[in-house]
Amino acid sequence: MHHGARSIGASADGPGGASAGDADAARTSRLFATRRLILKASFTLPALAALGCTRHADRAEQPRQLVYFQPAERDFVDAASERLIPDGDDGLGARAAAVTVFIDSQLAGPYGQAAAWYMEGPFAKGTPEQGYQLPLTPAQLYRAAIADIDGHCQNAFGKRFAALAPADQDATLHALEKGDLELPHASAKEFFDMLLKNTQEGFLADPLYGGNRGFAGWKLVGFPGPRYNYMFEITQYGKPYPLPTVGLLGRNGQLVWS
Amino acid sequence: MATRLPSVDVVLVGFGWTASILGHELADAGLKVLALERGIYRDTVPDFATTHIQDELKYAVRNSIFEDAKRETLTFRNSMDQTALPMRHLGSFRPGSGVGGAGVHWNGQTWRFLPTDFKIRSETEARYGKGFIPADMTIQDWGVTYEELEPYYDKFEYLCGISGQAGNIQGRIQEGGNPFEGPRARGYPLPPLLRSAGTVLFDKAAREVGFKPFACPAANTSAAYKNPLGVQMGPCTYCGYCEWFGCGNYSKASPQTTILPVLLQNKNFSYRTRCDVTRVNLDASGKRATGVTYVDGDGKEFEQPAELVVLCAFAQHNVHLLLLSNIGKKYDPQSNTGVVGRNYAYQITSSVEVFVDELMNPFMGAGALGQAVDEFNGDNFDHGPAGFVGGGYIALWTTGGRPILQHHVPDGTPKWGEGWKKAMAENYLRSASIATHGSVMSYRDSYLDLDPTYRDIYGNPLLRLTFDFHDNEHRMSRFVTDKATLIAKALPGLRSLKVNQRDGHYSIVPYQTTHNTGGAAMGDDPKTSVVNRYLQSWDVPNVFVMGSSVFPQNAGYNPTGTVGALAYWAADAIRNRYMKNPGPLVAA
Repeated sequence: MHHGARSIGASADGPGGASAGDADAARTSRLFATRRLILKASFTLPALAALGCTRHADRAEQPRQLVYFQPAERDFVDAASERLIPDGDDGLGARAAAVTVFIDSQLAGPYGQAAAWYMEGPFAKGTPEQGYQLPLTPAQLYRAAIADIDGHCQNAFGKRFAALAPADQDATLHALEKGDLELPHASAKEFFDMLLKNTQEGFLADPLYGGNRGFAGWKLVGFPGPRYNYMFEITQYGKPYPLPTVGLLGRNGQLVWS
Repeated sequence: MATRLPSVDVVLVGFGWTASILGHELADAGLKVLALERGIYRDTVPDFATTHIQDELKYAVRNSIFEDAKRETLTFRNSMDQTALPMRHLGSFRPGSGVGGAGVHWNGQTWRFLPTDFKIRSETEARYGKGFIPADMTIQDWGVTYEELEPYYDKFEYLCGISGQAGNIQGRIQEGGNPFEGPRARGYPLPPLLRSAGTVLFDKAAREVGFKPFACPAANTSAAYKNPLGVQMGPCTYCGYCEWFGCGNYSKASPQTTILPVLLQNKNFSYRTRCDVTRVNLDASGKRATGVTYVDGDGKEFEQPAELVVLCAFAQHNVHLLLLSNIGKKYDPQSNTGVVGRNYAYQITSSVEVFVDELMNPFMGAGALGQAVDEFNGDNFDHGPAGFVGGGYIALWTTGGRPILQHHVPDGTPKWGEGWKKAMAENYLRSASIATHGSVMSYRDSYLDLDPTYRDIYGNPLLRLTFDFHDNEHRMSRFVTDKATLIAKALPGLRSLKVNQRDGHYSIVPYQTTHNTGGAAMGDDPKTSVVNRYLQSWDVPNVFVMGSSVFPQNAGYNPTGTVGALAYWAADAIRNRYMKNPGPLVAA
């Protein structure tokens, strides 16, 4: 496999890499041009909107209606997910990426209802190696745990979780993670693990599902999205991939379904 | 009351890789063959189209083309003194459901087992002495040799259009291939896939420490290919969505891309979907199968008579069906008698995550795009000083960079918050994982039986899995992981590494591999095997069992190559021997 080692050198200094880069830049700018044309066309055709063809960007700006969460639950997930993936100089966080929208719709769907899970009794605690054994679906676990956590925060701080200072929110999340906080109706640790997993999913899943808005998660890490063909680029060792981020629904990274 | 249907010559339970192979071979021989599949029909168009298949959440995270635990799961415990509890959703392994089976969502890592793997007990005893194998380790020879299987490995590899570099052609070692592999009659049908940035670094580092790295054999096409059945495949585009996905590009070998276009035109072959086979029916003697009973998608029960029944479901489901149908003597670990459910095994894996200066672009990949070393697999090294049985390969795979499940953060990174986010941003493009993939031996206390408490949707007892890693496997895995760490430390531009040993109990929770084996072991002795060397039931000779359920223990390689070879081997025996004289092919 000596050809591989040689290719590294070639891509760093060789003329092949440079000309390929130019070609890609040209391709990129063509694609951008096409996109501008499409957007322009949609601005100049208001009749389409009247016919029900709303522009994608318009919908994304509107506050999204909750499907499963009650307002207090939304506030909790907004606040908690933002602590798990905070906004910062390095990029947008969970709130800006609309992670709550993602989790809300996931809980309303088959995942939230444990549609593909074996949920027959008897239920027993089991060992860590035996995995999830609660009689609650993910949607039920969120409902029970959030009520318990907000109840705890009212007692301990006189406020709901969402209204706490970030440091107190972090302390509460750490206590859930370690299982130090005893919740009356749910397992703190199971809930925390699920919330963290779902938050990361909402940050990094295709925007099709409502999160990762504006490709916030993908842009943070440098994932260009589900592209089809890297036959040329795969051996351009050490070179950044030049084309812009795409999702399954295209380039704008917005939620386009209602 | 079940509706009785007209009889067929052969009924295949399941319609994945092995059923497709058996279906083609037996329909081609003139038999009327029917496959019963519990899942739905799916095909490259429209089900795997690249416009929607590249969806990590739907397929890799929400498991939408895998087995549905609500309909089919098992209970699990680490040891016999525990109470088994249901696996409530998929975790450690992900069997497929639907036409093509797990052959739709596999990576395409297509290995041959070593010649010594098939004779592990006799070879180990001969080389290291009888006392070397622990008393509770129930490993056994397969009853078939590598030399006998070689033509059938070849047949499966040419069916799939494997991309790779041979290491041993008829005893001559080939530069750039795996020098430890058994001799093959000819090279792979296609050259290796293009090398990813990660595999190039691995290759360099492995050579640096004195190993002989090679391009892993891949059922992902490095070029256009027409297989011996005349089915055409297109070149892989390295989109990084093989593992957990169907291929939209006709580039990953699956039943859909290699056999079905021909098989589905054969008038001797038919299939029905959404049919859950619940029993193999036996006549009054208990020594002859009369067919199967199944429940269709509307909940109606049917009896499908057949002259020959071939179990082609996923490994543990074949065992479940044998247990529910009272075929063969059930294994009892207390008295150490019986065979059905005995010798369940798995795979032990570990990893060394590496963080480097160079841009890795991990999202450009393919399911079986890897670079490996095989110095520490099987009996390729002296086990005397090591003091354990078995081994594994070490590989850097670039299967894709799907960011939910495929991101790496350095040691000491917080699990969430600012620190996690920063580590993600800094490392996603500049990291990779070196994997070790190790064998698991079989043991007296690792087995499958029927659960006393939990039931499936038809009221049948769930299968119960009792399994844990043993000291031998932990020591082997640590040994191989140490070698992987050596390679990691030699990587050019290494910033840091994180070693993930597989310590402690086996857990059903985190994904490891879908390489479940055993429970219907093959062998030469009916006292220790369920099927003979032709995969034919010792007890009911018109029942054959396919798949990794017949492995007497697991080797250090991914199983599909051997599963494919064994299916062709058994099909040949049915076609050329059993059909001429139906009855036991080996005297018990």
